[in-house]
Amino acid sequence: MGLTENEFTVQFIATLIKFAIMAGILLQLPPVMVWAERRIPGMMQRRKGPNRVGIFKFRLYGIVQPLADTIKLIMKEEVVPEGAQKAFYHLAPIFSVFPAFLIAMAIPYGPDIKAFGFTVPLSVIRVDVGFLFIFAVSSLAVYGVTIAGWASNNKYALLGSLRASAQMISYEIPLGMSLIPIVLIYGTLDLNKIVEAQNHVWLWGVFLSPISFVLFLISMFAETNRSPFDLAEAEGELVAGFHTEYTSAKFAAFFLGEYVSMFVLSCLASTVFFGGWQVPFIDILKIDDAVGFTGVAALIGFLSLLLKAGFFMWVYVWVRWTVPRFRYDQLMKLGWHYMIPLGLINVVLTAVILAAVRF
Amino acid sequence: MNPYIPVLIVLIFGLTLGAILSGLSTFLGPRNPSPEKSDPYECGVPKVTNANEKMSVKFYLTAILFILFDIETIFLYLWAKAFPNLGWFGVAEIMVFMVILVAGYIYVVKRGALEWD
Repeated sequence: MGLTENEFTVQFIATLIKFAIMAGILLQLPPVMVWAERRIPGMMQRRKGPNRVGIFKFRLYGIVQPLADTIKLIMKEEVVPEGAQKAFYHLAPIFSVFPAFLIAMAIPYGPDIKAFGFTVPLSVIRVDVGFLFIFAVSSLAVYGVTIAGWASNNKYALLGSLRASAQMISYEIPLGMSLIPIVLIYGTLDLNKIVEAQNHVWLWGVFLSPISFVLFLISMFAETNRSPFDLAEAEGELVAGFHTEYTSAKFAAFFLGEYVSMFVLSCLASTVFFGGWQVPFIDILKIDDAVGFTGVAALIGFLSLLLKAGFFMWVYVWVRWTVPRFRYDQLMKLGWHYMIPLGLINVVLTAVILAAVRF
Repeated sequence: MNPYIPVLIVLIFGLTLGAILSGLSTFLGPRNPSPEKSDPYECGVPKVTNANEKMSVKFYLTAILFILFDIETIFLYLWAKAFPNLGWFGVAEIMVFMVILVAGYIYVVKRGALEWD
């Protein structure tokens, strides 16, 4: 009895520490991404982008610019539009932030740390139905957008939120379908087991199920309302879409939600299709014994995942400045007429091939 | 430890964090309300009506179809998890399931429920 209580205490404290670290990283994400999203297009378009703001004489390529922006946003006045549904208006930013945080905690960031007889998993939430948990929670993100547009008493906001919610729910189906072949191939819903199964480059999801990867990549952009599917906030038509009436820190909260969910989907794509915390051609689970120090493998795994996720974040920016925006009917046609049938065909095809190989 | 205890912890902390972040400027920012400022933004023109107007029925239709197809997806997950134990029987079962699903899908497409103009 004493031992299990001890185990409980250790796991509980470990959970709190892991949550604090992850929350810290996720909160640093929007400033860095805002900076990247100005510097990268600057490079692409042969201009400089923000490079003036710095600490004293050190400009550091303008990396302090988003920090200045954040402080400015927080210190601004909060304007609630007349006729807004007050309670919902204040709830919407919270609803757009916490689902993204909840999913981010469910992704395995590295191999388990084994120390002092305890096995600490390197993800805050480890449930054996990881996929179902992620889909259940990611559906909640629609509420933030819908409530924000509806409660603002603004026509642009309402139209933007209608578009965004219809788009998000439409692309959730291909997103879900694209991962079914992965479950078929690896035979588990547990994300960590999927990563452990991808211990060789040719066992990565992208090689075993390339159609899934294409479907997932397209749905990823639509789910986060990013260009070329950014109809929810098409600047030319809807001012800013569902967050038109939001100011100051609430406006920043929407950005935090957007960037965190971009990061989460990038992490998920790397976890499922690119081996997560595995390093190509190296057996990461043997590193701890080789170095003789616990935690090295976890650190390397974490960096490996961050690198892969960072690549997808870069793809987000790259695509934004390369591809023009879709029209709404084209967007819906792509989702319902092409991606859902393709997803179904992909599932059946994978099942038949697997059955032919295995049974 | 029950694997769902961390879910509860993250849920509570996540909600608190979201509330604190989005509430920051309520305490830190200035507060000078005026009727012009709190007018909903309509490109500078005073607003004519409230925003809660009629919306296209297409959005309702999309929502209903989403629920149907999303439940199919969840069914497929359970089947995919059980697939190694089912063998060829599982393949046959999913073929029957797919035929019914695709029949419904073709009906929806033919009726033009997914056409946006």
